[in-house]
Amino acid sequence: MIELRKINKTYQMGQAAVHALDDVSVSIKDGEFVAVIGPSGSGKSTLMNVIGCLDLADDGEYILNGQHIDDYSERELGVIRNKEIGFIFQQFNLLAKLTAYENVELPLIYQGLGMSERKKRVTESLAKVGLSDRMRHRPNELSGGQQQRVAIARALSTHPTLILADEPTGNLDSKSGIEIMNILVDLHKEGRGIVLITHDEYVAEKATRRLHMLDGRIDKDTGKAGERA
Amino acid sequence: MKFSQALKMAMVALKGNKMRSFLTMLGIIIGVLAVTLLISVVQGATGEITGQIEGLGSNLLQVSMMSPTDTYLTTEDMRELEKSEFIQGATGIVSKGADVKGGTETESYTVEGVENRYQVITGQVISLGHFITDIDVAEHTYNAVVGTNVATDLFGIEDCIGNEIDIMGYDFTIIGVLEESDTMLANKDDTVIIPLITAQRLFDDKEFGTLYVSATTKENVDIAEEITDDFLIKELGDDEGYRIINQNMIIDVMNEVMSIMTILLSGIAAISLLVGGIGIMNIMLVSVTERTREIGVRKAIGAQKSDILTQFLIEAVVLCVLGGLIGIGLSYIGLEVIGLAMGISMSMSASTILLSVGFSALIGVVFGIYPANKAANLRPIDALRYE
Repeated sequence: MIELRKINKTYQMGQAAVHALDDVSVSIKDGEFVAVIGPSGSGKSTLMNVIGCLDLADDGEYILNGQHIDDYSERELGVIRNKEIGFIFQQFNLLAKLTAYENVELPLIYQGLGMSERKKRVTESLAKVGLSDRMRHRPNELSGGQQQRVAIARALSTHPTLILADEPTGNLDSKSGIEIMNILVDLHKEGRGIVLITHDEYVAEKATRRLHMLDGRIDKDTGKAGERA
Repeated sequence: MKFSQALKMAMVALKGNKMRSFLTMLGIIIGVLAVTLLISVVQGATGEITGQIEGLGSNLLQVSMMSPTDTYLTTEDMRELEKSEFIQGATGIVSKGADVKGGTETESYTVEGVENRYQVITGQVISLGHFITDIDVAEHTYNAVVGTNVATDLFGIEDCIGNEIDIMGYDFTIIGVLEESDTMLANKDDTVIIPLITAQRLFDDKEFGTLYVSATTKENVDIAEEITDDFLIKELGDDEGYRIINQNMIIDVMNEVMSIMTILLSGIAAISLLVGGIGIMNIMLVSVTERTREIGVRKAIGAQKSDILTQFLIEAVVLCVLGGLIGIGLSYIGLEVIGLAMGISMSMSASTILLSVGFSALIGVVFGIYPANKAANLRPIDALRYE
């Protein structure tokens, strides 16, 4: 359960101050598939970073699982990023020197899980994204779509309650993009919450709820109106 | 995160950049090589020289008599001195450089007039025949014992027992040859030894040029020195006419010189290690900047500050310790080569190895902590945005 109340975030870009988030209030229930849609510079990535505890808001309240974000210690935020949230980035952000297996294993190592449990989870996650036969490949030996699937497997390996995907199809051809979206839809059906950032209306259609952002504000929220796509 | 995992991550990062890792290590390799090599050489040389001095007999005191005095010492005085419970033996010799003729050759040698006990006190070893006896001294015979060089110079062979040599116009019969000396300090290879009284008459000089006093044990050398000193002051009236040389004193002075050298050399080596450490810090800082995005990803998927810190710190420490071990290996080879070339055995002491490995690890921590801390403190969002 995510609740944002009057969140503000301003960036200093050279001389100009950019108001990336302007009094944003929204609440997202567990298991919702939310697409945040808007043109570039509308503040959607900033919103994701705040939700994902990668960045802190200047002011406003962010209540995560019933607890105010300011009440979490740095260590606890690390644990949340590790266990509760799975990140999927536009640039995949796999570590180039590690194999697919090792990339997926990494968050589990940080969790301190034992070898056999790690192995079980990694194999399971890679199987889910259909890459069981690519475990020993490094990212540069995989196509873009395959890399993004590895990244999804990495996000899934910790069994997070929420998946945050920032333009996951942005760097992919349409066929790979469709594959990725299908995986996300399946994950939602399994009951996982997903927050998807995109500027692509077609991609956003897969979500059950859409937030339109413009100039740091939520312009339209299909969830509030009770609409269904 | 477990330590073994952090170590594995560090190794992957270092292996991924082999050339750079090696060049970074080079500073530490050279530093440790310098430290271990220099210290070991100094220690080896100290051992060698100390061994030579001790070869002379470390329970031995040598008294050099300066100039002719009104009252001179006699063999009776030496027997008097020997009565002390700390003194094993005391003897005086007269000596003079003289031309010695043997066969067709004539050479200049030191001729020493000694008592029989001289052999035991100074630890001379006879290889052929026998030493000057008490009877030789009492009856002032014309028997002589020669050093190996004298034998080979004059007769071409070591075994020259029974041959005649001419010293200052008197014929002497060779009754013994000394074993070749392996020390430089008590070397009698170029000496001709004759009975004390014979020499005193030959040189027309009764005064001892040198006294040799041996203490009962090594530990008693200092007491023996005091007793000898008191005795000589009593006999000669003052302490102007002689100088006592204590072997321990020489060793002490030498050890002091060597320890000062060790400190000096260690200082120089420490500076080179410091430079190596700065190199490590420099590369680690570059590495942190280069891998900013990686750090961001690691933090996004749940790496704690301490995980990142440990990973980078281990990288620095591994670089240093590995460099240290390679340096020790190289200096081991270097010591073997130097040892062979100089004919002395050089070895690295365990403490030297421990010290240099420990010191390199310390350098890794000291110079790695700043870059590692910088990496750990990066905010995930800034690190992820870094291009």
